[in-house]
Amino acid sequence: MSAQPRQRVLVLFAHPSLHRSRVQRRLARAAQAVDGISFHDLYEAYPDFDVDVAREQELLVAHDLYVLQHPFYWYSVPALVKQWIDLVLAHGWAYGRNGTALVGKRLLCALSAGGSEAAYCDEGDNRYTVRQLLAPIEQTMQLCGMEFLPPFVVHGTHGLDTAQIDSAADEYARVLAALRDDRLDLEAARRLPRLNADLDALGLA
Amino acid sequence: MDAQGFFFQAFVYLTAAVLSVPIARRLGLGSVLGYLIAGAAIGPAALGLVGSEGQDVLHFAEFGVVMMLFLIGLELEPEQLWRLRGVLLGMGGLQVLGTAAVLAGGAAGALGLGWKPALAVGLVLSLSSTAIVLQSLREKGLLRSDAGERAFGVLLFQDIAVIPMLVVLPLLATLVPAAAVLAHGAADGWVAELTGWDRAGATLAAIAAIVLAGRFAMRPFFRFLARSGVREVFTAGALLLVVGIALLMHSVGLSPALGTFLGGVVLAGSEYRHQLESDIEPFKGLLLVLFFIAVGASLDFRLVAAEARAIAGLVLALLAIKFAVLFALGRAWRMGLDQNLLFSLALAQGGEFGFVLFSFAAQNGVLDPDTANRLVAVVALSMAGTPFLLLLHERLLQPRLGTRGRPARAPDAIDEQNPVILAGFGAFGSIVGRFLVANGVATTVLDVDSDHVDLLRRLGIRAYYGDASREELLRAAGAERARLLIVATGSADGTIAVIRTARKHFPGLAVYARARSRLEGYDLFEAGAHRVYRGQLDTSLRTGVDALRALGFPAHPAHRAAQAFRRLDERAWLELAAVRKDPNVFQTRARESIRVLEELLRGEFHEREERDDSAGDSGSLRAEYGKPGEP
Repeated sequence: MSAQPRQRVLVLFAHPSLHRSRVQRRLARAAQAVDGISFHDLYEAYPDFDVDVAREQELLVAHDLYVLQHPFYWYSVPALVKQWIDLVLAHGWAYGRNGTALVGKRLLCALSAGGSEAAYCDEGDNRYTVRQLLAPIEQTMQLCGMEFLPPFVVHGTHGLDTAQIDSAADEYARVLAALRDDRLDLEAARRLPRLNADLDALGLA
Repeated sequence: MDAQGFFFQAFVYLTAAVLSVPIARRLGLGSVLGYLIAGAAIGPAALGLVGSEGQDVLHFAEFGVVMMLFLIGLELEPEQLWRLRGVLLGMGGLQVLGTAAVLAGGAAGALGLGWKPALAVGLVLSLSSTAIVLQSLREKGLLRSDAGERAFGVLLFQDIAVIPMLVVLPLLATLVPAAAVLAHGAADGWVAELTGWDRAGATLAAIAAIVLAGRFAMRPFFRFLARSGVREVFTAGALLLVVGIALLMHSVGLSPALGTFLGGVVLAGSEYRHQLESDIEPFKGLLLVLFFIAVGASLDFRLVAAEARAIAGLVLALLAIKFAVLFALGRAWRMGLDQNLLFSLALAQGGEFGFVLFSFAAQNGVLDPDTANRLVAVVALSMAGTPFLLLLHERLLQPRLGTRGRPARAPDAIDEQNPVILAGFGAFGSIVGRFLVANGVATTVLDVDSDHVDLLRRLGIRAYYGDASREELLRAAGAERARLLIVATGSADGTIAVIRTARKHFPGLAVYARARSRLEGYDLFEAGAHRVYRGQLDTSLRTGVDALRALGFPAHPAHRAAQAFRRLDERAWLELAAVRKDPNVFQTRARESIRVLEELLRGEFHEREERDDSAGDSGSLRAEYGKPGEP
């Protein structure tokens, strides 16, 4: 770690069978290589879904921005992430009258999806955009007083060749580093359907 | 004996052992009886392959008993010995004195001996055979039972009692000593010339030497040997230790077996214990074999045939009297009926010390040689009969008595009724119990180990002493209203008995039982358990999962693999239950099911990976959607 990071970034990574993954494995490797951010592999920490709530809450408190990185399973999160949300974002801590632990924190979803971006729209097979399908997560964060950033989405994973995957991983690493250094243009980002739709607009060219 | 003769003897003995023991075991007679029969077969009475040197072999082979006691000592921590002190002094002391008194009276009456020789006969015959009893009980896995531990305590006392007997016997002489030869086990050399306090001092010094040397000198000694890196030297050192102790004890007139036992106990806590065990074990085994064969060969069948009726009467009288005294002691010490029967039958014979002491008595003019010979034959026959008696107990008496280890103390009164009854609060049961209580489920704990129950109570855990295989106890524990009985008792037989009782008398009670092996689990199902848990299954799989993770497997797939393994293994296990009565079908099916399990797992793991990854990058998805431009 070179200097004190401006934003303390925590990557919450979830993939139940990483050893068979092509895209997520490279994204995860790229994230782990970014200096000054924390990387937390949920399936490695809780293979039997026995989430340590106190430890997770401590981690959340100790960071400013969370990146929820996972493959987009059935338009949603892998099972362990749901378990994690149900247990960790407890009433009276994350939400409710006295639940203010996460107020002001930010969340970025970093997803990989098999379908192309064209498949995720009104006219496509999936009928909704990824952003629309993430409504439950967005609303969860809303209730916790957090800001939900537009998701970082790698589309069409089944058709990507190695070079394309590497380039997606590189973009991901640059986004993470920019978030850490608080030099990502959030105003511009909020207008994008997904964060990696136009990196130039975010000042990451 | 020339080399040729030696090899021939070795050939005869080994052949006898190799042929007879597998047959004896096949017939369910146990190896000890096999050796005795083999000995009788090659002895002068039958084939005549070994002659009078059988007696010499016997004396030599007695060293096997010495080694056996060394090994037993190694397995016995001093605390365990301390725990046995009541049995050792109380039961052992009373056994020797009581039996000696009754037998002396009998000898005076039946053999027409004067009180002095009669007392000598009584004393010598009160001893039992350490070799036969311990070997037989160990073979049947009964050494750790109540009867086994008590028998061991009594035998140990007898070994100690030999020493004063050697002192007392010459004082009982009424005849002119035949020869002033001191027999095996008696003091000779310089100690014999000492008297009174000096001799006692020498004895104590020898014991102190063994304890101190064992504590302080033996570990550096063995470390030095071990550092040489030559395996044989360590073995030689171990033998040297045993032989050395035996010589020392012999020189001060103590029983060598007792001395090596003591040496073993002192070394029980040392790091070389297992090495010593494995080094001495083969020697002990061979010498004991030799010993049993020699006992068989030394049976003087001509004498027995000539006075068949008298000798048979004496043997039966000896067994009956010893049994009666032992049984009375067992009652006084509140042993359960079946344990007491085992204990009393096991120790009812005469012992190998009898051979030594009777010839010693004859040499010292206590007994006339004819009587001594006759009594030696009686002792040998009673020893040969012991395996039969134990077999009788195992086959005829034990099954009729039902449960093992009937309580010596009355079961505790139970003043609570809970939804769960937990029988057995050992390593397994205690975890189940703590887990239930931690979750607010009131549990009635029963255990058959009274010491353990007392300990639990001191720790503030409410447990009740009692045998859960007894209907009254289960009823008192509230079995009629309870929902669940969890059986986590120690022995398979005990578990089966508890399940049977529960199912027979309390049909509404669900019975969950712990099995220690796959096969035991089948027995528990057959006895009526609703659910059976194999004790090691989950721990083994957890270890396996950690091993996979240490080798770099990701955590969650390793966890899932264990779940799949357990599911498949459990299924295969239950399927095999149906065919287990037919050993041929069972073996074929068992092999088959292991193969299927492996294949399933390999396939399952693969398939499951595909499924796990179905939203990600799996093969089938890529095959279908992998062309660029597709949705």
